[in-house]
Amino acid sequence: MSITLSKAAMFEAQAEKATSWRNRLLALPALVIIGIFGVLPLLIIFVYSFLQAAPYGGVQWKFSTDAYLNFLFQRDIFDDTLQFTPDFLIIYLRSFLYAVVTTVICLLLGFPTAYFMATRPPAQRNWWVLLITIPFWSNLLVRTLAIMFIIRDEGLINNALMGLGLIEKPITMLYTNFAIQLGLLYSFLPFMILPLYSSLEKLDFRLVEAANDLYATRRQVLWRVIIPLSLPGIIAGCLLVFIPALGAYVTPLILGGGIHLMIGDLIAQQFGSGRNWPLGCAQALILMAAVLVALYFYVRNTSGKIQHG
Amino acid sequence: MTIKPEQNLPPRAGFLNGVIVPEQPGKNAIEVRGVRKVFGTGEAQVAALDTVSVAIRENEFFTLLGPSGCGKTTLLRLIAGFDFPSEGEILLYGEDIAPLPPFKRPVNTVFQSYALFPHMTVAQNIGFGLEMLGKPKAEIQARVAQMLKLVKMEALAGRRTSQISGGQQQRVALARALAPQPKVLLLDEPLSALDYKLRKEMQIELKRLQHETGITFIFVTHDQEEALTMSDRIAVMSSGKILQVGAPRDIYDRPAERFVADFIGETNFLKGTVVSKKSGVATVKLASDATVAAGFPEGFDPSGAVTVVVRPEHADLIVDAAKGTVAGILANVVYFGTDTHYHVKLDGGDNFIVRHQNSRSGAVAFAPGAKVGIVFEDDGARILRD
Repeated sequence: MSITLSKAAMFEAQAEKATSWRNRLLALPALVIIGIFGVLPLLIIFVYSFLQAAPYGGVQWKFSTDAYLNFLFQRDIFDDTLQFTPDFLIIYLRSFLYAVVTTVICLLLGFPTAYFMATRPPAQRNWWVLLITIPFWSNLLVRTLAIMFIIRDEGLINNALMGLGLIEKPITMLYTNFAIQLGLLYSFLPFMILPLYSSLEKLDFRLVEAANDLYATRRQVLWRVIIPLSLPGIIAGCLLVFIPALGAYVTPLILGGGIHLMIGDLIAQQFGSGRNWPLGCAQALILMAAVLVALYFYVRNTSGKIQHG
Repeated sequence: MTIKPEQNLPPRAGFLNGVIVPEQPGKNAIEVRGVRKVFGTGEAQVAALDTVSVAIRENEFFTLLGPSGCGKTTLLRLIAGFDFPSEGEILLYGEDIAPLPPFKRPVNTVFQSYALFPHMTVAQNIGFGLEMLGKPKAEIQARVAQMLKLVKMEALAGRRTSQISGGQQQRVALARALAPQPKVLLLDEPLSALDYKLRKEMQIELKRLQHETGITFIFVTHDQEEALTMSDRIAVMSSGKILQVGAPRDIYDRPAERFVADFIGETNFLKGTVVSKKSGVATVKLASDATVAAGFPEGFDPSGAVTVVVRPEHADLIVDAAKGTVAGILANVVYFGTDTHYHVKLDGGDNFIVRHQNSRSGAVAFAPGAKVGIVFEDDGARILRD
């Protein structure tokens, strides 16, 4: 390499360094917020989960693994032996089931919707996006209470059905698993539709014609061209629905009536009536660990299939 | 003005690629019968194709040529099955395929944008059609290998389509469309995205592929040079209609209409009045009072005010203005390397271009401003329908 060239290269490297530093500064405010209000609380939760519960809430500064033991076992009151109690585990598994069902149904409902939106004339598409985002204009709590009024025994649906003489007694929907599932579906469907739409909107529909031309039936076009090419949107949508659905708090609290607990309510209880902060912290960390493991396998399985930019 | 459906004409001898070959009666691969295609409804209705009829023979390199918006791509899409005709029939070897979806037609397309699948490798792209047809794995592999060899892409079989150049993508698109051995291959301006040199190479390549595979090619282009060099026959289209169908030589030397003459190659237009006519030749008095003998297409009876067309290379400059068919002042000399264009302002006021092929020996040097005469070759001047 000649001297002039290496000088130019040095200059270029310096310039690159400078811009990369400046770019990092752009991210600094957000990084500070995440650092202070994201990582720090997590550290506190981690530390608290290894302490002892104080009798009236709060913690005693004594090391203990009781919180984690209590997740699966209960200490016998009389002889101190540990007994396996799957109560918490059942709530966790049930929450996972809710989240999985929510994700699957959101995907099944959201994909055709997003496809419909993406195939509208460009001028119409923004209106459809606007319609999908309308629920975000009002509070989730309010919307969940509204669902309550629709599905309760004297609610809209039961009154209508009884008025038409189709049923004699109201169908109990509120405070059931069905109510929670419905609430979760309703709350998270837009989070599935929007990433799917942004993926499908970028899809080159000439590829659909090309596949059609090469003897692919409509079903084959869907599986071999449209779905593989919208995989980034599918992955993003599933993550955006699954993770918040798993930790949902308001929906099961209101529509489940506190009878059918989900993880979020369980953890909240430990800081309230349960007065067991370490247990709440441990439960939160166990949830996080479980999500991370699930995420790891999900991303590993799907990212291999995304092979294009 | 529409041309009568080709299939009603008796087989005739013609020029194919400049070589005189006896016309094979041959089967028709595609027959388009009275096809209309209307887009929109009510007031906003636009006829993209206005009652088009044409027959494309087996093993033919057939080109649909016309300016953008003339309906050539619409016709191609109707044959492919991406759109359906509002009226009329499209026959593939005698069978009406107009109502069939694209995946039920043994016809494949090379797209202008190539439309290669970005999530598949070169080999997977080429094998896609065969896979959809449910062919056994071994057969697909063998055929893909054969196709890769045909388009000289063996080394890049495992590459993603985003990792290869435009010219290479073009070859993959061709191989992908040829792999299922379609009865007819449709090509929608496939060379328009390539640079000049690559385009020239691919023109020859396409002719070779057509020859080697023996598949009927229907090629859409707005590039008249591309059409003339590659096609066995050309259909010239304008505003949803086919104006003329014929071998490149026919179209170029004997254009049926003014639009065809204007669109293909350069042409001089001279205004005049028919004085007399006998057996296909009319005597026309031009604006400069000079008279010229001009041929005209069959079934056309010119009279009164007409336009006479002369190709720039069908005329020659002479020094003696008095001996020329027409005469004028040489306004400009433009040198093109292979030939020279002489722009002449005729006595009657019309402009006229004479093309002269350059050679080592050199021609008489004409200087701008000189008074020159122009002579036409035999059959050089023709009267056309407007």
